Amino acid sequence: MEATVIRTGTEGKTWGGGNEPLRASYGKMMMWFFILSDALTFSGFLAAYGFSRFKFIDSWPIADEVFNHFPFLHGVDAPMYYVALMTFILIFSSVTMVLAVDAGHHMKKGKVTLYMFLTVIGGLIFVGSQAWEWKNFINGEYGAVTTKGGNVLQFVNGEGERMALEDIAIAQPAERVNHTKQSGIWFTSGESLPSYSLEEVKAGFLANEDLLIRSQRTNEEGHKTILTREESLAKMNNEAVGVVEGANLTHNEYGPPLFADFFFFITGFHGFHVFSGVIINIIIFFNVILGTYERRGSYEMVEKVGLYWHFVDLVWVFVFTFFYLV
Amino acid sequence: MAHSTSQKHESNTKRIWYVFILLSVVTIAEVILGIIRPDFLVNTHLFSMKLLNWIFIILTIYKAYYIAWAFMHLEGESKGLRRSIVWTSIFLISYLMFILLTEGDYIHEVYKNNYVVWDF
Repeated sequence: MEATVIRTGTEGKTWGGGNEPLRASYGKMMMWFFILSDALTFSGFLAAYGFSRFKFIDSWPIADEVFNHFPFLHGVDAPMYYVALMTFILIFSSVTMVLAVDAGHHMKKGKVTLYMFLTVIGGLIFVGSQAWEWKNFINGEYGAVTTKGGNVLQFVNGEGERMALEDIAIAQPAERVNHTKQSGIWFTSGESLPSYSLEEVKAGFLANEDLLIRSQRTNEEGHKTILTREESLAKMNNEAVGVVEGANLTHNEYGPPLFADFFFFITGFHGFHVFSGVIINIIIFFNVILGTYERRGSYEMVEKVGLYWHFVDLVWVFVFTFFYLV
Repeated sequence: MAHSTSQKHESNTKRIWYVFILLSVVTIAEVILGIIRPDFLVNTHLFSMKLLNWIFIILTIYKAYYIAWAFMHLEGESKGLRRSIVWTSIFLISYLMFILLTEGDYIHEVYKNNYVVWDF
């Protein structure tokens, strides 16, 4: 084997790798390798999101109209405030993390413990907020009618205010049965019924002269196009095929199905990162308490986990921009 | 960037809080712009994108720079490590973005201008 080793005479020099040219420990290097590959994964997702958005550029939902909820403010239009709050929580937990790393350099066990604890709390609040955001997104607010072409039709009144299905629908004597396992021999499962049938929404729409359809199309001013009463009636009579409330992977009341797919996938993947980050932080927190790093004489483990946690924050900065701002 | 690894035991608390305030101010500015959406910025286009969106993206990269340099402490790492991380991602991500956004725009044009009705 000795024969295969090539001696270049650079051992110990930078090109020979002898003097550790990157001056980083093995663990830290590997964390950076992971972060770089994960960054490319996330940019792949965000680029795919950009692709689909450019493809449907004139029918993409307007984020301010979709994400406009704030806790305890029901029916108040509060675009962005909640997600801005989430961003602050995550940035602040990044700050407590870096303070923990800093305290670790000075071997201050008490301070590291405190800051790690605060970081874990911040992470948990963030994951909880994301769950709440998902809940609102999945439940929806107004509901819409779907068309043959796979688009959605939303409703507004004469003043241009959004109208919910429950304000429009008029109960019809039609028989609506939600099939269950018990009522059939071969039946195993089926789609659950929406709160209002298409007939009920149609009847309500015909009865109220004030109602108009808001199409998916974005006009020159960046608002969604509102059709005239005649156009609205024609759309409703010829194209409507179903009712949709909220969002799942195949239908949503906001616009193209891909919008909800990317929302679930990207924020979900990010949320999974936050969740695993919280778990790892908790493990490190207990190690700090048990004095593992005190005995080891170095808090570098806190620094490595900190890199991961900051990376999660870094990704959120981009998700925030591309999902909520742009 | 002047920091070297030998200096890292000196406390950085002051810089950490400075960066936190900076990130907060930028985020607040983004949120305010996002809520107001000034007509001037929305209607001015630069390289076929709204000026407002350019501002958002530049501010995002500005924030990302501070997170990576101050919080992830890239400013204290060796030049080689820093460059292998930053340039790798910058080249690959810009290439990916360029290809996918160009293609997305092309498909949009096809949908818009061809003779097949897809919104029926």
